[in-house]
This record gives sequence, structure tokens and C-alpha cells, in this order.
Amino acid sequence: MAKQHISFKLNGQQVDALVEPRELLVHTLREQLSQTGTHIGCETSHCGVCTVDLNGDSVKSCTILAVQANGGDVLTVEGLADAEGLHAVQEAFIQEHGLQCGFCTPGMLVRAHRFLQENPDPTEEEIRWGMSGNLCRCTGYQNIIKAVKSAAQKLQQA
Amino acid sequence: MATAEEEVSRQDALQGIGCSRKRKEDPRFVQGKGNYVDDVKMPGMLFADMVRSPYAHARIKSINKEKALALPGVHAVLTADDLKPLNLHWMPTLAGDVQAVLADEKVHMQYQEVAVVIADDRYIAADAVDLVEVEYEPLPVLVDPHKALDPDAPILREDAQDKDTVGQGPRKHPNHIFTWEVGDESATDRAFEEAEVTVTQEMYYPRVHPSPLETCGCVASFDKVKGNLTVYITSQAPHVVRTVVTLLSGIPESKVRIISPDIGGGFGNKVGIYPGYVTAIVASIVLGRPVKWIEDRMEHLSTTAWARDYWMTGELAADKDGRIKGLRVGVLADHGAFNSHAQPTKWPAGFFSIVTGSYDIPTAYVKVDGVYTNKSPGGVAYRCSFRVTEAVYLIERTLDVLAQKLGIDKAEIRRRNFVKPEQFPYQTALGWELDSGDYHTALDKVLAAVDYPGLRKEQEEKRAKGELMGIGLVTFTEVVGAGPSKSCDILGVGMFDSAEIRVHPTGSVIARMGTITQGQGHQTTYAQIIASELGLSSEDIQIEEGDTDTAPYGLGTYGSRSTPVGGAATAVAARKIRAKAQKIAAHMMEVSEADLEWDIDRFKVKGVPGQEKTMKEVAWAAYNNVPEGMEMGLEAVDYYDPPNFTYPFGTYLCVVDIDKYTGQVHVRRFYALDDCGTRINPMIIEGQIHGGLTEGFAVAMGQEMPYDEEGNLLGNTLMDYFIPTFVETPHWETDYTVTPSPHHPLGAKGVAESPHVGSIPCFTAAIVDAFSHLGITHMDMPHSSYRVWQQLHELGLDKRT
Repeated sequence: MAKQHISFKLNGQQVDALVEPRELLVHTLREQLSQTGTHIGCETSHCGVCTVDLNGDSVKSCTILAVQANGGDVLTVEGLADAEGLHAVQEAFIQEHGLQCGFCTPGMLVRAHRFLQENPDPTEEEIRWGMSGNLCRCTGYQNIIKAVKSAAQKLQQA
Repeated sequence: MATAEEEVSRQDALQGIGCSRKRKEDPRFVQGKGNYVDDVKMPGMLFADMVRSPYAHARIKSINKEKALALPGVHAVLTADDLKPLNLHWMPTLAGDVQAVLADEKVHMQYQEVAVVIADDRYIAADAVDLVEVEYEPLPVLVDPHKALDPDAPILREDAQDKDTVGQGPRKHPNHIFTWEVGDESATDRAFEEAEVTVTQEMYYPRVHPSPLETCGCVASFDKVKGNLTVYITSQAPHVVRTVVTLLSGIPESKVRIISPDIGGGFGNKVGIYPGYVTAIVASIVLGRPVKWIEDRMEHLSTTAWARDYWMTGELAADKDGRIKGLRVGVLADHGAFNSHAQPTKWPAGFFSIVTGSYDIPTAYVKVDGVYTNKSPGGVAYRCSFRVTEAVYLIERTLDVLAQKLGIDKAEIRRRNFVKPEQFPYQTALGWELDSGDYHTALDKVLAAVDYPGLRKEQEEKRAKGELMGIGLVTFTEVVGAGPSKSCDILGVGMFDSAEIRVHPTGSVIARMGTITQGQGHQTTYAQIIASELGLSSEDIQIEEGDTDTAPYGLGTYGSRSTPVGGAATAVAARKIRAKAQKIAAHMMEVSEADLEWDIDRFKVKGVPGQEKTMKEVAWAAYNNVPEGMEMGLEAVDYYDPPNFTYPFGTYLCVVDIDKYTGQVHVRRFYALDDCGTRINPMIIEGQIHGGLTEGFAVAMGQEMPYDEEGNLLGNTLMDYFIPTFVETPHWETDYTVTPSPHHPLGAKGVAESPHVGSIPCFTAAIVDAFSHLGITHMDMPHSSYRVWQQLHELGLDKRT
């Protein structure tokens, strides 16, 4: 199959890739660009472990074609921390024990990061609905909710 | 003299047992720097994908690989005929049966592995799978286990047709796997004949799948020059995998390296050995290149190990006051097409005989029959010790039925039957020795915390108004920490576990265990054990697991065995080091060993203030100044063979409100009190309990793997298979008591599975309790809105007046 050249911003850096039109964004990220923080869980958009940020929206990268990211701006878990250190959501997940096996964590963090921009001061109910596209088998969500709340407070103080 | 304040600060600096230390694992995971199997990339790596059967039972007439092989980028298509010369077309199961690696003349289940394609990348492999042409001749399908032993039932396993046994005792039919009996049948029958009251309850525990978010997979790499095989694999038991690989391939263990890297959840699913692993290994050996095989979600749910599928009948004999005189249990176990359930060898029904629960039951008898059907093989322990979830479900449900029949409150009937604190260690009628427990205290604490009488009063008021509210109560006992090698082995290897600890000259430590974390936080908690035992900060203690080249042999992590067995090995190895350190300290201070006392992080000369050596100082001396005749260094290994299992317990209470018109169940409150003995990291314990409760909620409320009459699996995507989201999951309240295990070096019992085991019957109990005044004694899971509505409809409760 003829390959397409695509170019997009990944965690602030311009990147290029040659992809088949059918290639999924998650495979390009993981296999071509070696950003393995984004995981694959179900390949049907249900579990959310592949969640990345595309042009300011949370998307499931297992059901987005890489060519759809052409010219776009992608943020993955690898792009959350900066020179100052961990992002508030990363720090809060550690402090509130919001992760166990770590497999859902990157998608969960990228979603939380976007969700708190959509709703900077959420109630528990709003967190439950706003994060509901991301599944976790380990934590029972309770500590993730605490972490998102605590990150919200931190971000509002900043 | 050290002030109390100084002592507290020295204690705090260790971050040892009992503190809620933040997890050592987390900084990697939150930055996307985990290393899971699918993250492993090797030069020249190829991808494997499976051709799978669309039929549940069929003869394979032909397989045509030509078109697939003609596709550019395809390296090989392997079938059973290709594996036959290597004698790898069948593999032994952990239960003494065999399982087809690739279907040999017949398929026995839908999605069975028929051929494996090896290609340059996963897209080409998937294309090639579609190009492999397989011609099938469908055969009659056996789905209902109740029909498996009918005289005219289709014979499934022709390979085993003439065998007297398939590894677990005599058989009575070609579709029969085993009969397992335990207890005194005639004494139990007598108890029933003489009883003032008896109850019988049939119940089905559906087939459910652990479904961790990471599916199974591996990367196999055979080095033709060195003859070494390296396999990265999603395994909860890497050392067992190495032994199996050696037995199958003939490559010596010293040349087989199995690495379980980070694992994205296991919950029992990743204990077994799957055809995908074997074919990836074979392909790597044949092609001389690394081969990666990763399941998709549908393959995962369709073929790798599921749990339960027990058709159970529970019977209790009792007196008028509800005091139990006997328990009788019959089970029909559907094991699917191959007997590849994961249990210790001598336990065909796992530890199901823990079914007497927390109760003083004088006599009991259990009989379990296992049969083949045209379904995927399994019967693993989904977040529980082997078949304990089924056992706890049975006794807790049947006891509620007895309470309802006698009109005794469900808390009161438990109190009347509990094993009393002074009866421990308690011998159960079915052969277990419960190590310790205080069931009354746990129950009373929970009833007080939720105002149980108040809840019952509210329920009365609601019933008067025609509303449905239910209160579920469960007082469970688990058996974990498998196990004593005299009774537990896997493939002949005793179920010990191990720890190897090295203290370096400056007091930093590296320790390796035979277990493997899958989210339980071993890198954090094992370090806490060593910190408390050795007086060295857990921040300076590095824990490594999962690499068979470096870690000591161990049986792995499942059945809540890491703390009871691996944790015990860690404590004992650390104590060996401290004993040596004491000798060195005595030598350094020129006193006798007996003059020294241990104080948090140092040895002190008794009665001589200021005469002391910290463990750090002793560690330095261990490498340059040891007593004459002593060897240098400061390290120890322990292979811990537990003297008994451990028996964590708990009391759970659930309150539900049910919508009469839709059947929707709202879990209003769930209160979970756990007693896991000594608590190593309360934060991690609470996290494990939240997770276990949520998995219990999933099983009770929605998980099932239904098959239609033709053996088509109807629930193998996350659209159909229920995994609760943030929205459905209830809020959890947790509590605890501490009753240490008398035989564990730290008094710890293990915890992560209790919430799964205990919560499932609690949800059922709550829902049934909402209907109990209408004469309902039991409702089978899953309690989806539709199924609950069916019950409402049957009772005519959904009619609007």
C-alpha cells in the first residue's frame, strides 16, 4: 500500500512519519515514534488506555488514523511533565495512590489533564462522568477521583 | 538516652512496616516510562497472528497456506502438522491434561488456534490470517455441561477417549474429567436425616473473565549462535514458565531466560501457558528472529483463562435455632475443551473445600465433577485463591436461605455459628486449620458503623410503602498463601517462595524475589519489610522481580500469595542478615553477642548508653572487619515453605435500593471491614480493597460469557462484556481489625483478593434481601437491570397502579 507522508506536532516537537493510510495513530506513536506510554487495550474505543490529546480534544488513538493527525497537535503522557517537573495531575496520582498496574494511567492522566481544562473545578459527579471513557481494573476509581480533585485545587491555586 | 521523639524520627526515617509510603513504582508509570511486553522492540522482530476457528466443534479437512505465503512480508504459516515433528502440537496443562497448541485434526471450541502467521508487521500478519483457507466439517456441539455425561453426548476429546485419567483421577465417561470428593459422606447424610430443619439451594456461578486492561502477549527471541532463548511474557509465574519451556523444548533452564516485565494487571488470567506463547517461541526458533505475539481484546476474552462456571447445590442441616449441624455440596464444573485450569496439582477443585466458611460446622461433604464442553478452557482464580470465591458464595448464600427459612436475622445466624476466638487454631470438617480469627468483633464493628438496626427499621418502613431496599451481609473467611509444599505443588515443584537480599557496603540494598508484581506495589512493600527488619531506609532498598536470570526461583504471584509466602521469605532472609550483623557488631564493639539489643536501626550494648553501632556501620564492617572465621559480605537467601495457609477474613455490608419499574440496582452503601493480620502499607491495602470490590461489583452486576447453542461466544468485546466505568462504580467505605497470623513471621495474611471474594455474595445477598419478604431466597448473577426486572415482573411488582 502506498505510504503517505504526515507531519504533526508531538509534545511540542514537529515530527514526520511515512504511514499507510490504514495505520492507526496509536501504532505510529508507539512503533514509529517510540512513544510507548500510550497503550493499547481494546482496539474498539471502549477502554481509553490509548487516550491522547489531538488539537485540544481527548481522542482514542486506537480508532484514529495516523493521517487524521496530519498537521495537528498531539499530546501524549510523555509530554505532560516539563522542565519544572511533573504536571499537577501526575503528582496527584502519586500522592493519592491513583494507580496500581499503571497500564491505564497514561490515558487516564492525559484525559484528566484535558478534563480539568474543560472543567477546572469539578464535583465528584462531574469527574465520574467526565472521566468515564477511561477504564481501570485495579483502583476502583475512588483514588483517581481524589487525585483529579486534588490536581484541580493545585491548578487553581497556581 | 535517646528521647522518644528521636526514636519516632528514626522509625519514620525507615519508612518500614505500617506506614503509607508512596509507591516507588509510580514516577515511571505516570511519565509513560513503564515497560510492558508490547513496548519491547527488538531488531528484526516479526509479528505473529492467529488463524482461529469459527466453529465450536469441527473436523479440519484441509488448510491451504498458499495465498497467505504469497503475500509479501509473510515469513511463515505454521499448523499442527508443522509442529508435529517437534512434538509441540500439543502441550501439557498445569492440571495434567494436554491442550492443542494448534488444532490437530479437530477444533474443540470457537476461536481455537488453527494456524499461526508470522509476518513483518502486525498489519501484514492480520492480512495473511484472512488469506489462510481452512475447510471445516462441523460436528455436533456440546454446550450444556449437564448433558456432557449423557450416553449419547458427542465425544469431544477423541485424543483422550480411551484414557482412564486425564490427570486428576478416574473417569466415567469420555467427556468426564474428574470426580473430587472430600469430607465424611455418611456422617453428613446422617446429620441431614436427624436435622430439625434443612435447606437446599441451587445456584449458578457464571463463567466470567478477569480481563486485565493489558491482554496477554510475549516476545520470544532465540539466539541460534548461543542457543539461548529469551522470552518477555505477560506471566504471573515466570519461573514456572521457564520450567515448562524447558520441559517442552529440551533447552536447559540455564539457557532459557523468562522476563515478566511490567504487567498491566493479571487477576489470575496470566497464570497459564497459552498457545500464542508456544507458537511465538517455536517461530523464533525456526526463523531465528525475535517474534512478538500480542492478543487483541476479542482473542483475550475468547481464549485465555476465564473463571468459575460452577453449577452448585448447597444444603444445610440445622436445629431450630439456626445452629448448623451439617453441610452438603454438589458441583458440576464446566472446564471447557481442555482441562487447563490453574490449581495446585492435587486440588482439582482448588481450595473449594474452604466452603465451611467462618462457621463451626461439625460435619460436611463436598463432591465436584468436572466435564468437558466445546468452550474455551480454563477455570482460573479470578482475583481469589483457587475456587475460594465459589466456596464463599455458596456458604454465604445458603446460610442466608437458612436464616430466611427460620426467620432469624442474617447477622444473628452468623453470630450463632461463628468459630469462636478461643477455638483457634480451628480444624474444619473438611481438613483446613484456620490459623486465627475474631469474627464476632469484626461483625459487631460493622453493624455499629452502619447502624444495622436503623437500616432494618428503614427497610420495614420502605416495604410498607411498597419500595424495595435490601441489606446484604457477608462474613467470609478466605484461604490464601499457597502453600505448604506437603500439600501444594505445580508440576511437581513445591509452592514455596523466595527472597535474596544483598546489603552493600554503604548500606544500600538490592533484593530479588520469586514473585512478580502486577500492580500490587511489591517494589514498595517488600522494601518496607526489609527496612523494618534491617533498620535501613526503604528509600535505599531496590526490589527486583520477574527475571529468571537474576531472581531466585519462586512460584509467582496469584492467590494472594506474595505477602504470605514471598513476604515471609523476605522477613526470614532479612533476619538471617540481622543475625550475622549482630555478630559483626559484637566484634566491632568487643562485647559478647548476648550483650547487644536491637533498637530500630542499630545494635546497642545493654546498659551502656552511647555504645552502639548502626546497621549502616555494620554493613561497612561486613566488607572489611568481620570476626575471625566469618566470611565477608552481608547477604542471605530464603526459600520459605509455609507451615500453613493464612486465613484473612472480613465482614461486608451492602445496602441497595431497587427501582421497581426498571430493575436498576443502586448500591447506596458498601462497608467493607477486612482483617488481613499485620498491615504493611495501609495506603496500598486500601487501594487493593477498592480494586477488589470493584471487580466483585463487576462480576455480581454484569459479567458473564454466554454461549449460544452452537457454541458461539456472545460476549467477547468490551461492548458486551461488563467492565464498570467511573459512573457505575459505587463509593467504597473501608475499615479493619488486626488479628495477626500466628505462624507468619510478620503476622501478615494477604489482602488483595478478599474484597473480590467477599463482595460478590454481598451484592447478591443485598438484592435477594430486597425481595426476601416476598419469599425469594436466591437470584443468580449477573444482577443486570434486565434480570432484576425479570424478577420484578414475575412477582408483578413492576405494574404501575
